[in-house]
Amino acid sequence: MNRVTDVSALKEQYDLVVVGAGPAGLSAAATAAELGLSVLLADENPAPGGQIYRAVTTTPVQRREVLGEDYWRGQPIVQRFERSAADYAARTTVWTVGRTELMSGGEGFEVGVSADGQARLIDARHVILATGALERPMPIPGWTLPGVMTAGAAQIALKSAGIVPDGRVVLAGCGPLLYLLASQLQSAGANIVAVLDTTERGNALAAAGALPDFLLSPYLAKGLKLMLAARRKLRFVGGVTGLRAEGEGRVKQVVVERGSARETIACDMLLLHQGVIPNVNMTSAVGCEQVWDEQGHCWAPKLDAWFGASVPGISIAGDGAGIGGAESAALRGEVAALEAARRVGRIDEADRDRRAASVRATLARAMRGRRFLDVLYRPAKAFLAPKDAATVVCRCEEVTAGQLRETTRKLGVQGPNQMKTFLRCGMGPCQGRLCGPTVTEIIAEERGVAPAEVGYYRLRPPVKPVTLGELANLPKTEAAVKAVCR
Amino acid sequence: MFRPMRDPGAPAAAPLRFTFDGAPMTARAGDTVAAALLANGVSVNRHTPVSGAPRGAYCMMGVCFECLVVIDGVGNRQGCLVPLEEGMRIETQRGPRQAEALSQEIGA
Amino acid sequence: MSQPSKVSEPDVVVIGGGLVGGAVAFGLARSGARVCVLDEGDVAFRASRGNFALVWVQSKGLGMPEYAGWSKRSADDWHQLAAILREETGIDVAHSQPGGFALCLSDAEMQQRVDAMKRLHNQINMVEYGYEVLDHAETKRRLPDIGPDVVGSIYSPVDGHVNSLRLFRALHEGLQRRGADYRPNHPVDTITPENGGFRVVGPWGEIRAPKVVLAAGLGNARLAPMVGLYAPVKPSKGQVIVTEKTAPFLHHPMGTLRQTDEGGVMIGDSQEDLGFDTVVTQPVISIMAERAVRMFPRLAGLNVVRTWSALRVMSPDGFPIYEQSTTHPGAFVTTCHSGVTLAANHALTIAPAIQAGALPEFVATFNSRRFHVPAHA
Ligand SMILES: Cc1cc2nc3c(=O)[nH]c(=O)nc-3n(C[C@H](O)[C@H](O)[C@H](O)COP(=O)(O)OP(=O)(O)OC[C@H]3O[C@@H](n4cnc5c(N)ncnc54)[C@H](O)[C@@H]3O)c2cc1C
Ligand code: FES
Repeated sequence: MNRVTDVSALKEQYDLVVVGAGPAGLSAAATAAELGLSVLLADENPAPGGQIYRAVTTTPVQRREVLGEDYWRGQPIVQRFERSAADYAARTTVWTVGRTELMSGGEGFEVGVSADGQARLIDARHVILATGALERPMPIPGWTLPGVMTAGAAQIALKSAGIVPDGRVVLAGCGPLLYLLASQLQSAGANIVAVLDTTERGNALAAAGALPDFLLSPYLAKGLKLMLAARRKLRFVGGVTGLRAEGEGRVKQVVVERGSARETIACDMLLLHQGVIPNVNMTSAVGCEQVWDEQGHCWAPKLDAWFGASVPGISIAGDGAGIGGAESAALRGEVAALEAARRVGRIDEADRDRRAASVRATLARAMRGRRFLDVLYRPAKAFLAPKDAATVVCRCEEVTAGQLRETTRKLGVQGPNQMKTFLRCGMGPCQGRLCGPTVTEIIAEERGVAPAEVGYYRLRPPVKPVTLGELANLPKTEAAVKAVCR
Repeated sequence: MFRPMRDPGAPAAAPLRFTFDGAPMTARAGDTVAAALLANGVSVNRHTPVSGAPRGAYCMMGVCFECLVVIDGVGNRQGCLVPLEEGMRIETQRGPRQAEALSQEIGA
Repeated sequence: MSQPSKVSEPDVVVIGGGLVGGAVAFGLARSGARVCVLDEGDVAFRASRGNFALVWVQSKGLGMPEYAGWSKRSADDWHQLAAILREETGIDVAHSQPGGFALCLSDAEMQQRVDAMKRLHNQINMVEYGYEVLDHAETKRRLPDIGPDVVGSIYSPVDGHVNSLRLFRALHEGLQRRGADYRPNHPVDTITPENGGFRVVGPWGEIRAPKVVLAAGLGNARLAPMVGLYAPVKPSKGQVIVTEKTAPFLHHPMGTLRQTDEGGVMIGDSQEDLGFDTVVTQPVISIMAERAVRMFPRLAGLNVVRTWSALRVMSPDGFPIYEQSTTHPGAFVTTCHSGVTLAANHALTIAPAIQAGALPEFVATFNSRRFHVPAHA
């Protein structure tokens, strides 16, 4: 691996540009580089690892049991990448990917990168987007109060900085990651006063059908063990139907509803989590078609068997393609890289298929049991589309659930794009990442249709912030000058 | 907000010094600005441009833009993506960002 | 799902719920008509969402002085429209008329503009309004933040701007409050003249009305011939950059740059004839950014939040088309590319005229017959 710190030191063109240095991106980049492709891996973080293996090479947390064995599995993945000949640009954001005629001839992509206030456009023959997942927003009353964070945020703080939430900590939501984090934080010494579980009671029944598959899956061993361990040691409150964070200027307490029962729990930090969903901003701004994934209850890019997106030459690997977990992310990265190698002419179809066969077999095992988890931990309606009118949905522009509902009803709004023009939701710096799923959900509920019919925000570059000055310094063409200077 | 976890095995390096709204603070070399602020008990790092409501870092992974701060005079920087550096002057981001009139004029 | 009560037999069907359709429909509803608006769904080619929000007069009308007058009239009436919208919907659309600047970045550019302004104002029938040609020093005195590359500017006190998203919402609120029947997801396939009225058909079913107004933007080209009208409009791509919010520093709109009342800086405006292609192209964005930074160097450090491209609705000569069908009276077409600037005219002049049954004499210039003039006439 060759670390590049200055964008001007990057090559003009790569066979493959990989965006995101989580397990998917690391494996994709390593696989492709091993096959002889020229590869650039760009990631906005200072060190490789992505979300699950965040800071795995730099973490100050040395007691291995705190983060658990699964975390340290990231080390060999990073090491394999480090042994490869790929270029690695850390602290580098990719803010756009667009189709272009390559200088070297043929169709390809123009990848906009930015580091240290310098932007550049790099040519790529193939692009693999491995931008991962983000936590599904959990808009409860008071979730904008300081002291309320996502559970994943606390995990990142622990992994990358070795710090734990101070004072009384409450965790709330559902999903395997919530239990994992509870146990990680606990062994790191946090004072967890309660874990509030919002999993709907009915889900267990619905998930039963997928149980046999789950019993054969790798999830069973780790996931369930974690949950049981967490349950034994912590105060575990199940059947939670309503949550409200309260406090002046910062969170002081959580009001918990369980049916008609109510309880107030004093706390210094509230950590929310209700599963992860693909981060569709990049893939969708690039023009890749998205489809509604009923099982995962989220939008995900439409892909072929090689994780190729609807835009030829773009593949999407890892959780950004649909939630599958770390092991599957790495494997999907490998499959996508094999196809990239075929597309740029490094290997032929037969070679690709032969190499992919064993990876696919492992992948099928890794994906086993996913359905069970998806169904069991499908978030309850109340936490997807808040009923409380004053609850903020768009944190950037401060648009409430009540405004969204009223505008849908009164002005006949059909989808999030019209909503955006009426209320400015999704127009702030986060570009809808924290409100998009909820806005779709609320419009769907008010219109009485499925989220699939409502659609999602149309996203635009830049996907990550880039300054006007950086844009101004990019190369310009004759035709473009004509279009502007009339 | 946060405190360092007790980990006897952790390498002890000299901490970095920085200021937040003028107050001197220290944090571990290698931390991001957002992590450094959390470790120093800072819960509010910005006030929104819409209503002025106080906010603190929320996702720590670059997607929510709640960790915005002013770093060495440049506004709206995502604290969770910027590594802390010795001597950084960090300030609360109050409402919308000021376009850096002076520094730009001098540079121009 | 709740819907406002449907008008079964409206007086007029307006096809298109963008800024033009919205303004005309709002004006019709205010004139007492029972209005039904048929609109497309959530993702549509909608110039109303992508526009630049200027109420702009200077530089318009070279080749058709009536268009200058028409724009000026709308700019004048905009104060009234803003007041009506505030009163009827409680929404402040942030209209202001502080005067606008066209900044020039080279002597050649400056000369070109000055010449164009002279030719514009030398036309017979040209409306009277003032403008000033300013050198760098005078421009700098009025706009202290400009950079050294600005050689001068043209200033006109008639130019202004609004918050166009709020305008869009206010028109829809106004329609709703006036009891209009707004139907999203109602694309129109055909219009058939029938018994002195019109049958409008789509995949959703059909509706009949004695009058129909085509305000479907680019869709007008296809619909117009069905009722004996002609609207040969084509898309013209415009790209826009918008920055993060910043403290107010720019109190006048520029032709290609303005700060919104919410704090973001919008930068436009390119024009390419690329058909229905709304991809944002990097080189164009880059030049727009470069020009903006040369105009106001302090902008260089601002983060870009979004870039987008929208399709302008362009007639062959760039001027609007307003016409009532002669073969099928009761069918009207209203189409233009400056739906924000002209919103006041559409709501306050065109709509009442449609309700009364005839367009005013002074808009006859905007008749599509001008496109049929034989080449050697
Ligand atoms: C906060 C959080 C915590 C999680 N914790 C766990 C856990 O403890 N255990 C577990 O099993 N699973 C966890 N998951 C799920 C886990 O993320 C995935 O299974 C796994 O990390 C997916 O790998 P990936 O390579 O697809 O994406 P990721 O690991 O997410 O890697 C994507 C990388 O791309 C970068 N990136 C994104 N966009 C850009 C851009 N435009 N320019 C440059 N870089 C970009 C991101 O910063 C990131 O480094 C977590 C998920 C989240 C969101
Ligand atoms: S804390 Fe969410 S972007 Fe930094």
